[in-house]
Amino acid sequence: MHKFYSRITQIAGDVITVEADDVGNMELAQVMTGRGSSLAQVIRLDGRKVFLQVFAGSRGISTGDRVRFLGHPMRVSTGDALLGRIFNGSGMPLDRGPELSDDLVDIGGPPVNPVKRIVPNKMIRTGIPMIDVFNSLVESQKLPIFSIAGEPYNELLARIAIQAEVDIIILGGMGLKYDDFLFFRDTLEEHGALSRSIVFMHTAADPIVECLLVPDISLAVAEHFALAGKRVLVLLTDMSNFCDALKVISITMEQIPSNRGYPGDLYSQLAARYEKAVDFDTAGSITILAATTMPGDDVTHPIPDNTGYITEGQFYLKNSVIEPFGSLSRLKQQVNGKTRDDHRTIMDTMIQLFAEYRETLEKQAMGFQMSAWDQKLLKYGKLFEEKMMSLGVNIPLEGALDLGWEILGECFSPEETGIKRSMIDAYWPKTHESETITG
Amino acid sequence: MTAKRIGRITKISGNMVTAAFDSPVMQNEVAFILHGEERLKSEIIRVRGNLAEMQVYEDTGRLRVGEHVEFTGELLSVELGPGMLGQIFDGLQNPLPELAEQCGFFLKRGIYIDPLPESREWQFSPLVQPGDTVRAGDAVGFVEEKLFRHSCMVPFSWEGVFKVDSVANPGVYTKRQPVAHLMDEKGSIHPVFLSQTWPVKIPIRAYAEKLKPTEPLVTKMRLIDSLFPVARGGTYCIPGPFGAGKTVLQQLISRHADADVVVIAACGERAGEVVETIKTFPTLIDPRTHRPLSDRTVIICNTSSMPVAARESSVYTAVTIAEYYRQMGLHVLLLADSTSRWAQAMREMSGRLEEIPGEEAFPAYLESHIASFYERAGLVRLHNGATGSVTIGGAVSPAGGNFEEPVTQATLKVVGAFHGLSRSRSDARRYPAIDPLISWSKYRSIIDEIQRMRGQEILRKGNDVAQMMKVVGEEGTSLPDYIEYLKAEFFDFVYLQQNAFDPVDEATPEDRQIYVFEFIYHILDSNFTFKNKDEALHFFQQLRQVFRGWNSAQWKSEEFRNTEEEIRGLLHERAVSASHA
Repeated sequence: MHKFYSRITQIAGDVITVEADDVGNMELAQVMTGRGSSLAQVIRLDGRKVFLQVFAGSRGISTGDRVRFLGHPMRVSTGDALLGRIFNGSGMPLDRGPELSDDLVDIGGPPVNPVKRIVPNKMIRTGIPMIDVFNSLVESQKLPIFSIAGEPYNELLARIAIQAEVDIIILGGMGLKYDDFLFFRDTLEEHGALSRSIVFMHTAADPIVECLLVPDISLAVAEHFALAGKRVLVLLTDMSNFCDALKVISITMEQIPSNRGYPGDLYSQLAARYEKAVDFDTAGSITILAATTMPGDDVTHPIPDNTGYITEGQFYLKNSVIEPFGSLSRLKQQVNGKTRDDHRTIMDTMIQLFAEYRETLEKQAMGFQMSAWDQKLLKYGKLFEEKMMSLGVNIPLEGALDLGWEILGECFSPEETGIKRSMIDAYWPKTHESETITG
Repeated sequence: MTAKRIGRITKISGNMVTAAFDSPVMQNEVAFILHGEERLKSEIIRVRGNLAEMQVYEDTGRLRVGEHVEFTGELLSVELGPGMLGQIFDGLQNPLPELAEQCGFFLKRGIYIDPLPESREWQFSPLVQPGDTVRAGDAVGFVEEKLFRHSCMVPFSWEGVFKVDSVANPGVYTKRQPVAHLMDEKGSIHPVFLSQTWPVKIPIRAYAEKLKPTEPLVTKMRLIDSLFPVARGGTYCIPGPFGAGKTVLQQLISRHADADVVVIAACGERAGEVVETIKTFPTLIDPRTHRPLSDRTVIICNTSSMPVAARESSVYTAVTIAEYYRQMGLHVLLLADSTSRWAQAMREMSGRLEEIPGEEAFPAYLESHIASFYERAGLVRLHNGATGSVTIGGAVSPAGGNFEEPVTQATLKVVGAFHGLSRSRSDARRYPAIDPLISWSKYRSIIDEIQRMRGQEILRKGNDVAQMMKVVGEEGTSLPDYIEYLKAEFFDFVYLQQNAFDPVDEATPEDRQIYVFEFIYHILDSNFTFKNKDEALHFFQQLRQVFRGWNSAQWKSEEFRNTEEEIRGLLHERAVSASHA
């Protein structure tokens, strides 16, 4: 039915040029090589010349190979049949299950009309105090974890995924090591979360064009579920690999790079994906958590920089803990006023005191003398790091707030915390209060 | 130009489409790409031989080489008339609520809705009589729109003097019914309607003269009004790294600024922030007018995932609407967040055109485009003697938070005030995070100049001492220096910082700012005697505590007076003498 074209006039990088007629921009094509066939997508049209990025890469393509245009853009199958399944970046099964072709939707669909969004107002509980108490995650939020290679950001993502109260988890892996892929799969399986998960996996060994497809394909599926009223959590790791893939393709296409080789539209490309996070008026929601590894731990690098301008805050994962300074959830104010009435008090007080602790540490390092107050802060800081900050801690929000009061009670007298009287009366641990009065 | 002029697509690259034509085309004219039933708006941005290069305001997926393009002969325009206040438009002036009604959750490409509803009826009252002479921009009558008498003006593009031939009787009219007929010098008759169209990239100049901005535009943010003021008809910019609070600051200003109309251009930023404005403004009451804030607000919204080319047009759409209200003698504030995204849209287009890139791949014309945008601000005297103004405040998002980058630098050259946000201030939770050591303004403050200078001087001095203390420690700092440092910290804490969550502190009216600033000026200028640093620290901490309470007290309330007395008491014990006579 579809016509074959066989005049491949150029092969550069993973982009091939073929001469053909009546081809639509962004449509799909199939490239038949001696070693099998691969999908490809139209990325530029110039007269009869059609530029195709080949999903499987251009290695092994001969100028005599045949190309067939499918007449539609990249699509993905959606629906409950996907649950528990694992696919690659072009939507092909990686788990020996059947190929799916029902309920196809276009990937990279149009943006949501802003007036159909609602102001986010539901907290997602994760059991991690550094998130729940200090930077609450909110349904429909888009939040990256800024980290560096070697930090346990994938472990953190996996933990949030299995503990978060959401209906569906979609994992989009980009340039992952195969071990990491196995880790994710096993963790989800172990905790019985695989049956409500869908995985789109691109490993470091796979062709880079497939890496580019992972966020779009994941988010298109997520959108389908969200429109059906589901609360979907999308995990994207590692978005830096996605950006690097963008860089490779844009340089192949001879686009003028803007900053450190990245294309000038990096911001728009990232925003088109992250902005898919949404809380629909009268339907479900999409929440996006992404890992962004910062090259050289440099937050001004174009990837974290552009990301930070798009997302609603960020978590810094440093030395295996979520760093309280710099980490920010821009939406926390929407939810932390309605959890427990001491939530904001604990959040503000503990962070202020922790900041003072850090200053004391600096003073100590410079050899200044430690006052009695400094000693208290040192004790407090140590407890805070052990009992709150450590990623090993796994307690619900209320438990974490109680623990907060306990730590404060152990280290300070009520006046020293600056907490207002009514709160102290309601929550200050009784045993410690009597101690401070008698002592 | 009667027959339809048609071109054929020859090349598609991202959102740039090239079309071959054989009849004349015009630079910047609007063209529609015909794709099946869809008509996609685009604009010619370069002509080479018989090829027109166009930026498409929509997604270009599925377009094909050979498809037809229809040239319209018109520049990209907006429709100006009653019904814009309280509305939410996209960058091409499509009303988003109506679009949602028609298309549901998503923005479908190629759907363009009348910006001002055709069926809407307005109560018209004439202001001229047959025989009167009028010219472009003069009102022939008015309709009531929310807070204002919305002038129905002679189209701005009409040249020369006109005689009123007839004018409609008071009554109800739609935008399609003429409300007056004017005769030009040659004797032909032209109808005037409630609305008119205007090309967005050309400034509206139907006024008598442009004046120098002198009168302050009070934003009720103390740090801005007192130290780095903005003038009515002036320009300012807010550059800052992400997370420093640009958007929150712009939102606060959009609520509290003393302007008649506020136009918000959400250009390439997060949709969530716009949603907050859309959902909260109808419920917030403007203390000046006792009407919802949305009644004085027009939102132009082209968020980051919406088509990039329309991002560029959104700032022009916004400024054109602002200029339109200025023609009625109103004071308009335009807040653009963020102009960097607009500049990036230009960069993307320039890249597709394969122009030779300038710094950081921005096009060479970046500076002149930014300059001509800010130049559309201004205070003007209209033909009827009234004045109106457009004030432009642009947020800038410099890459890496580094102010040396091209967009910030090009902006600084043309604005009248610079409010630089710093990460260190926002990390220290000192909001608004405008850094008083780097910011500046060329406009007159509401505060007496001598007092204002003293305020800035103490901040500089305090910073010097703080830097020194980092090296030599508190022990190595002399008591007088330490007191200067405490004074600066005190000034910062109780005056420059404002609590956006406190209903009173979040907005400080002009007279209160003048009163409190003078009060603080005397404190800054007083000599204090302390035995040691601990005593000094304790005193200023105490003072700060009481002062914060003062900031939360209603202006001129019982509590306000009592707290003032308490502060005076504290000062009386300590202050030896004021060093000024």
